[in-house]
Amino acid sequence: MQSDNPSPSASCGPSDIGGFGGMTRRTMIAGAFGTAAAMMAGRANTAEGDSTAIWDGHVHLAGVEGTMEQRADRLLEHADRLGIQRLVVFLGALGGHDPKPEEVRQRNDEVLKAIARSPDRILGFVYLSPKYPKESLEEFDRCVRDGPMVGVKLWVAMRCHEPALDPIVRRAAELGAPILQHTFFRRGGNLPGESDPSHLAALAARHPGASFICAHTGADWELGIRAIRASANIYAETGGFDPCAGLVEMAIRELGPDRVIFGSDAGGRSFASQLAKVVSADLPEPARRLVLGENLRRILRPILRRKGIKT
Amino acid sequence: MIVDVNANMERWPFRRTPCDELPRLVDRMRRHGVGQAWVGNLDGIFHRDVGGVNIRLSEACRGQRDPALIPFGTVNPKLPDWREDLRRCHEQFHMPGIRIHPNFHGYKLDDPMFAELLDASQQRGLIVQLVIRMDDVRLQHPLIDVPEVDVSPLTKLIRERPELRFVVLNGADKIRSKAMGELASTTGVYFDIATQEIVGGVASFASAITPQRVLFGSHVPLFPLEASVLKMRESGLGEDTRALIESKNALRILGY
Ligand SMILES: [Zn+2]
Repeated sequence: MQSDNPSPSASCGPSDIGGFGGMTRRTMIAGAFGTAAAMMAGRANTAEGDSTAIWDGHVHLAGVEGTMEQRADRLLEHADRLGIQRLVVFLGALGGHDPKPEEVRQRNDEVLKAIARSPDRILGFVYLSPKYPKESLEEFDRCVRDGPMVGVKLWVAMRCHEPALDPIVRRAAELGAPILQHTFFRRGGNLPGESDPSHLAALAARHPGASFICAHTGADWELGIRAIRASANIYAETGGFDPCAGLVEMAIRELGPDRVIFGSDAGGRSFASQLAKVVSADLPEPARRLVLGENLRRILRPILRRKGIKT
Repeated sequence: MIVDVNANMERWPFRRTPCDELPRLVDRMRRHGVGQAWVGNLDGIFHRDVGGVNIRLSEACRGQRDPALIPFGTVNPKLPDWREDLRRCHEQFHMPGIRIHPNFHGYKLDDPMFAELLDASQQRGLIVQLVIRMDDVRLQHPLIDVPEVDVSPLTKLIRERPELRFVVLNGADKIRSKAMGELASTTGVYFDIATQEIVGGVASFASAITPQRVLFGSHVPLFPLEASVLKMRESGLGEDTRALIESKNALRILGY
């Protein structure tokens, strides 16, 4: 199984198309989830400003086979079954924990292919390794300033509180690109270079004008939510670990509905299991809409507008 | 109708969850078309008085229709006189099976007591549900250190007991390991989908081990029921495969 949750043991709606026992997808979803989901149905081709569109903030070109274009198609086909309209893709087909600049470029080229395949459905974040500051800024310019990507993804090459990240964060903030950082609170200690949410809080405190997404919310989310609670410029992201019941309720209670973002970490994870964390949660519907898409759109809207990408 | 073979009553000791009280869980099941659930009692993992645990489970399930709650009692072969718990599950509470937690109860599957438990279950015609893990061991509460169940000895034990009906819960994501792969090709062994991940994972799992061995399970209330409901939809299964996984296989194992 592929996932960017490095583990020592393993890997880490469309319009009504109907067909399930005579029910249309809209009636099925509405029946299953009530209002929460009536809004989920039937909106793959949303108009600008649709507050109910579901955007997935954390996807890789993994867990599915084929060329990058075929992988993008396969991911979208599965996303369609759940009414997920846009995917934020990064780190391509995954890879090593401590990549050289050539490998980083390869991962980003994979994402560029997916974006080119479905520019209306796929957004990209540029993957960078802070161990190579000069190459990182060049790669940021290639993919974000001069290319179609709209954010930054950082993984486990270096812990994110290090000063080496500062130039990358400053450049991203200049262009309004959010920084998504993998985080984990791992029993027995994190991997070398692997951040926990406290490291991200330290980085975010140095850059109050930048926006940060705390990927996996530390995975041990009851700790992760607390670690970022005081950092107003950090958003909790829900994906990449077991579909634990109660996660989204706690995140919203402690952080407020504006600071929680749905992400799945598909394809190593299931879109469905991860979406269920939000769909199942005991929440007012406006809060659910924020988590499922509105918060991510609010963060990305300025950079998307500058690039002429519709929200 | 869906049969959820992996449901639990009571609370997880380290966390409250939205459906850890039975009325809320039953309501959620009804809303998602779960007509029958095989229920264990989470107290059975931690309590020594398993007799009391099973009485409460039996009483909670009794008289519950829509969804029907089918009790799967706890048996811990490390406790003195565990055979009496097995007897009560079968003769007194008329349970169709038991749920076991070798990792939390502190024994390996090569323990002779485990073989004896399998023998006794086969003789009584009881289904055995073995839970591989309750949570992500990388993220466990600091007060516990409970690894996943090592199933290496299991295939041989089950092949020696051809009448046994055996359900592996929370193990689908480990199917690529050698031991779990062997187990999955053994007659009489079934897997639930609660921990299966990957995009379209139920479909790929079903084609890997055949749909006849795959059961709908949710691991409620630790996971939301919606996770398994949505995974079925994500996989875009054909009607026949869907029916097997959602209910037909489970009902067949029960002997309906
Ligand atoms: Zn990831």
